[in-house]
Amino acid sequence: MEVPILKQGSFLIATVQAALTDADLLHFRTAIIHQVVRSRSRGVILDVTDLDVMDSFASRTIREIAQMIRLRGAETVIVGIQPEVAFAMVQLGLTMEGVATALDLEEGLAYLNLKIKTVAS
Amino acid sequence: MAQKINVVLGTTSQNPVGDPTTRTEATSVLLRELVAHLRQNRTQLREEWVSRITEAELLTAMTKEEIFAEATSVYDSYVEVLQTGTFEALQTYARNLSERIIPRGVETHEVVGIVLLLRDVLARSLFAKYQNDFEKLNRILDAYEPAANRIANTVAVGFVQERERVIRQQQEAIRELSTPVLQVRERLLILPIIGVIDPQRARQLTEQLLRGIRTTRAKVVVIDITGVAAMDATVANHLVQTVEASRLLGATVIVTGLSPEIAQTLVNIGVDLGKMNTVGDLQGGIEQAERVVGYKVVPLNETS
Repeated sequence: MEVPILKQGSFLIATVQAALTDADLLHFRTAIIHQVVRSRSRGVILDVTDLDVMDSFASRTIREIAQMIRLRGAETVIVGIQPEVAFAMVQLGLTMEGVATALDLEEGLAYLNLKIKTVAS
Repeated sequence: MAQKINVVLGTTSQNPVGDPTTRTEATSVLLRELVAHLRQNRTQLREEWVSRITEAELLTAMTKEEIFAEATSVYDSYVEVLQTGTFEALQTYARNLSERIIPRGVETHEVVGIVLLLRDVLARSLFAKYQNDFEKLNRILDAYEPAANRIANTVAVGFVQERERVIRQQQEAIRELSTPVLQVRERLLILPIIGVIDPQRARQLTEQLLRGIRTTRAKVVVIDITGVAAMDATVANHLVQTVEASRLLGATVIVTGLSPEIAQTLVNIGVDLGKMNTVGDLQGGIEQAERVVGYKVVPLNETS
């Protein structure tokens, strides 16, 4: 299953679905780090609202994606982590250190806009 | 004759009272005789018992009249159990009794004490009655003792269960009361924590906070732990987890009110609170949170 990557202004928005295999995730990783420069995007929003489970592989891959995107010159923000998922993640020690998080898509956009403005000024 | 005693002994120890159908014929006869004796001497034995209770300074929280009234009903249920051999009525009675006397401050040792006293008083009266027939006394006691012990057991267990139920209920009430998530400004929550944090409460607290963050779309949360008396490594880790989980939902957490004692303990046991944003008191925490959300609070006379 492919993860849809939408372009919105200078940002990319990717919505991660629930039933994603490890292979799908790795495929998505390659796709997004290619596309971020090709589309001249300044930021990426990863929407995980649909995920009701976040295992160690998924959270590590998402962290890696954020680091790779930074190396490609853009910011990443994870949005829509569910309260139950967040609670389970911290209990497993998966805290996504160094990755920006926001409540939902709207907050994520606000975060990226602010971030870009501060970089520009 | 000796053989017959053995038979009685054997069966009673296998069936300590049991239900009426499994009682042996011999035990039933003896218990009937026993019950008749207790009914006959009801007034005298009951008074003897009450005076023993007063002597032992039990049930001091109750008045003499109350003790006498309770003693009468306990005595009657006691005799009834001996007669019928069924414990359901006694269990219900013990529960009701506990419900009435626990709020009065009656302790477990007092309840167990009075039931044991009654057992002793009745045993003494049996000694007196059958002092000339040692063999009969033996058989009566064989029938009486298991029943009496089981009654004492039932009452004590009933009392303790009732107490535990009350304690559970109170804990539940405290828990419900003690984790309010309050909104002080648009997108700014405070969570005052008071009392002891155990793993269960920490979990509940985190869940409530995360739900609160989502419904109010909070950006900043101030957790005030002024009311937390003590903190150890486990509790500190729970707090760190709460902070991290909130961050995953995009909210910043500010912890306020760490007492000097707690600060010392945390540093001494080497808990890493580096990821935590701490401010001295609740006021300072709210001020910093307001800055993060984008508020500026100015006194009225400075604005004009």
